[in-house]
Amino acid sequence: MKLSKLSAPTLLLLPAFIVLAVFIVLPLMFSLYSSFTPFRLTKPDTLWVFIGFRNYVNVLTNAEFWVAFGRTVLLLTIALNAEMLLGLGLALLVNKATRGQRILRTAMMFPMMFSPVLVGFQFKFLFNDNIGFVNNALQSLGLTDRAIPWLIDGNLALFSIIVAEVWSSTAVFAILILAGLLAMPKDPVEAAHVDGCTPWQTFRYVTWPYLMPFAFIAMTIRSLDVARAYDIVKIMTDGGPAKRTELLWTLVGRTAYGDARMGLANAMAYVAILLSIVFTVYFFRKLAAARQQIGAEW
Amino acid sequence: MAPVTLRKLVKRYGALEVVHGIDLEVKDREFIALVGPSGCGKSTTLRMIAGLEEVSGGAIEIGGRKVNDLPPRARNISMVFQSYALYPHMTVAENMGFSLKIAGRSADEIKTRVDEAAAILDLGHLLERRPSQLSGGQRQRVAMGRAIVRQPDVFLFDEPLSNLDAKLRTQVRTEIKKLHARMQATMIYVTHDQVEAMTLSDRIVIMRDGHIEQVGTPEDVFRRPATKFVAGFIGSPPMNMEEAVLTDGKLAFTTGASLPVPPRFRSSLREGQKVTFGLRPDDIYPSGHGLHAGDADAVHELELPVTITEPLGNETLVFTQFNGRDWVSRMLNPRPLRSGEKMRMSLDLSRAHIFDGETGKALAG
Repeated sequence: MKLSKLSAPTLLLLPAFIVLAVFIVLPLMFSLYSSFTPFRLTKPDTLWVFIGFRNYVNVLTNAEFWVAFGRTVLLLTIALNAEMLLGLGLALLVNKATRGQRILRTAMMFPMMFSPVLVGFQFKFLFNDNIGFVNNALQSLGLTDRAIPWLIDGNLALFSIIVAEVWSSTAVFAILILAGLLAMPKDPVEAAHVDGCTPWQTFRYVTWPYLMPFAFIAMTIRSLDVARAYDIVKIMTDGGPAKRTELLWTLVGRTAYGDARMGLANAMAYVAILLSIVFTVYFFRKLAAARQQIGAEW
Repeated sequence: MAPVTLRKLVKRYGALEVVHGIDLEVKDREFIALVGPSGCGKSTTLRMIAGLEEVSGGAIEIGGRKVNDLPPRARNISMVFQSYALYPHMTVAENMGFSLKIAGRSADEIKTRVDEAAAILDLGHLLERRPSQLSGGQRQRVAMGRAIVRQPDVFLFDEPLSNLDAKLRTQVRTEIKKLHARMQATMIYVTHDQVEAMTLSDRIVIMRDGHIEQVGTPEDVFRRPATKFVAGFIGSPPMNMEEAVLTDGKLAFTTGASLPVPPRFRSSLREGQKVTFGLRPDDIYPSGHGLHAGDADAVHELELPVTITEPLGNETLVFTQFNGRDWVSRMLNPRPLRSGEKMRMSLDLSRAHIFDGETGKALAG
C-alpha cells in the first residue's frame, strides 16, 4: 500500500495514532494481557501461560487486598475531608487579608513545592518516637512523659501518614477555593446581609453554594492523587508495622517488585484503577450538579 | 412608620473624604431620589443607610432609632441592586422567600407572601425558574419581588434600571412608581438619570462631590434650581447658560452681545456684578411656537440663524447661534426649517435664571 493512497485526514492523523499506540495503548494492552497470566519477573516463560481470570479471582478473594483497599478508602475519606475543611478555612482567612495577600498566597503553596518523598522523610523524622520533634515538644510541654510510638503503633502510623498528606496538599483546596472566593460576585453576599442573614447564614446559603464547584474540582484532583498514594507511605512506614498501613499501591508495588508476581500485581492495579474511576465519576457528577446550581457560565 | 434621617453624615476612605457631613430628612412613606453624576457620593450614602458601608461620622436614624452600628439585618430594609444580586442557585420563588426563610417563617406564610408579590409583579409563571433562565427585566422584577416580600420599613434602590435597555427601563420605572403607591413605604432611590429622578420621586436630592446641592420637589429643582450645577443637571436638553457682567444696566456677554436684565432681577443686581445667565430651552422659542406666551413685557425678541434642528415629531429642538455658541430652543407645532435660516426667536426673560458668578448660587429675583 502506498502512503499516497491514504486520504489527507488519515495521513495527518496517523502520527498521533502511532505515538499513542506505541507509548500508551500497547503497554496498556500488554499489562492487561499479563494480568491474565501467572507472569513472574523471575520466570519470563510464565508470560505465555494463559490462566484466564484466576489472578482476578485471587485478588478479589484475598483478604489482604480488601484490607488495603478499605484502608485506602479510609485514608482518602479522612484526608480529603480534613484538607477540605482546613483549605476552606485557610482560603477564607487569606481572602480577608487586606494587606500582603499575595505573599500569603505564595506562602500557602510552599508545601506543594516539596517532593512527596522529602515530605515523607521530614514527617518520618518529626514523628520519630525517640528523636522526633513531636514527642520532644509534647514532653517539653508536659503533656506526656512517655515516648508515643507514632510510626510503630498501627493506628497512630496511619494517623501520622494522614497528617503528612494533609500538610502537603491542603494548599490544593485552599488555592482553588480562594480562586472561587476571588471570582465570586459581591452583590449576592450583600443582598444576603440585607435579607437578614447572619454571617454564618450568609456563608451557608450564599457563599458555600458558590464555592462548591471549586471544592469539587479540588476533590477530583486530590481523590486521584490520594488513591494512588505511594511515596509518602513508602518512606514513612513502607506499609508497616505488620502491614497496618498497607495501601493499594504499596501492596501492588510489593507484589510486583518485591514478590516479582507481575501478573497478579497487574490484576490488582486494574481493580485499583476502578476505584479511582469511581471516585472521579462521583465527584464530576457532583461538580456538574453544583455548577448547574449556581448557573455557572464556565 | 419609618422616616430616615441623616445627620452630618460623613464617609471617609482612609484620608479621602467622599461624603462631607450631609443632612437629610426623608419623611415616612416618601419617595426620595438621590441623583448626581458618578462619584458624587450618592451610592455610598445609600450603602451607609443599608449598613453595607461603615459610617465614618455623623448619624443615620431609621424610624427614630440610631442605626449606625447595627448590621444590615437589624435595620429592616430591603435593597434592590443594579446588578440584581439574585442568588444564582435558588429558584425565583426561593430567592423571593429567602429572607422569610431566614427569619424562620412557616412554609405556608412564605408561599402566601411570595405568591402575593409574584402577582403584583407578574412573576407567577416564572417562580420555578432560576435567575440564569430569566431576561434582564425579569431578573430586576424578581429583585424587586424579593424586596417586597420582606415588607421592610425602607426600600433602597441602587440604580436599579441602569442595566436595562431603554424600553424596559420605562416599563420597570412605571412598575416602581406603582409599587410605591401600593406599598406606602419609604423609598430611597439612587440614580444618575435625572428623568428617573423627576418621574419617580416626591423629592429629589441633588448631590455633587459629596455635598447636597439642593433638596426639593421635581417642580422645585426644575423651576427654582438653587445652584448653577442643579440648573445644568436637571432638565433635558440642559439649560442654556452664559457668563455675563452687568454693564450699563444690561447683561453684557463676553463676546459683546447683550440682553436686557430680566425684570425681576432689576433691583437686585448691581453694576459690574459677574453672573451666569440661564434660560431653559422651553423659554426660548421661534416666535409663535412657544410653550407659553409669558409676560409680554419680559419677552425679548432676537433675529438668530438656525444651525441645526432635531425633529422629535410633536416638537423640534432648534439650535440657534447666539453670542458665538449654540442655544437650544424648543419649537412647538414645528414647521420644517433650513439650516442657516434666520428665525425670529422669543426669549422669555421672566423665566430666566441668574446665578452668582463666583458661588454659582441662584440669585433671588
